[in-house]
Amino acid sequence: MTMRGIVFLAMIVLGGTAGDLCVSRAMKHIGEVKKFTPRHLLGVLLRAFRVGWMWLGLALMTVAFFSLLAILSWENVSFVVPATALNYAVGALGARFLLGERVSAKRWGGVLLVCCGVALVWLG
Amino acid sequence: MKPSHGLRGKTGVLILLMVVFGPLGDVLLGKGMKPIGAIPSWSPTAFAHLFTRAFSSALIWCGIGSLLLFLLAHLLVLSWADYSFVQPASATSYLVVALLGVLWLGEAVSPMRWTGVLTICLGVVLVGGTPPRTTAQG
Repeated sequence: MTMRGIVFLAMIVLGGTAGDLCVSRAMKHIGEVKKFTPRHLLGVLLRAFRVGWMWLGLALMTVAFFSLLAILSWENVSFVVPATALNYAVGALGARFLLGERVSAKRWGGVLLVCCGVALVWLG
Repeated sequence: MKPSHGLRGKTGVLILLMVVFGPLGDVLLGKGMKPIGAIPSWSPTAFAHLFTRAFSSALIWCGIGSLLLFLLAHLLVLSWADYSFVQPASATSYLVVALLGVLWLGEAVSPMRWTGVLTICLGVVLVGGTPPRTTAQG
């Protein structure tokens, strides 16, 4: 794999996961949603889009999306997509160290099984 | 931190909505785009023609609606549940994709792919056995 491929793969995995983590932080900032009426949900969305983390998250996800489109122009999808299963492991690491979530051994076990499963699905 | 039944219940419902509407949206978009075919050239006129045809398809609009419901459920569940819980749990969508592929699109799913789907399900069961929220509400 070329250096260019490694850089783009890193942008997909790190950009996509960092984007998700930022969106998660934005929603935690809003607080637990307890009412699910359309009016209340609209209010939640409007508040969410006033949080800077949400926009940063969307920007990072956009970078990851276009990196995916770019890398698919020279690498096989059968290589790229299983490699992006790393998202699950990187996501758990990010959640542990950036969001302060408690990732137990049981949850780690589940995350690693999901990673392996996603890779198998795409290789199959 | 022991989660209440209410918290676990509403987390489960929203993750269920995510794993149904995410893949359903993808499949609807795929089905809607198939009859339109590949873009013949990269000119602005060809793109305008493609978008006009795409947005006149009911399947495309159903797909967009489905993906918007997925996004809404994703945002809402993250307002209380751990990202490290929601992300792997929502991988159940691979099972839904495989089932939609077999039952609706008539696709063949290889044994290796089924093995992958089962491995994901095992992982989701493990993650599902952990509390959905491990941080204090800020």
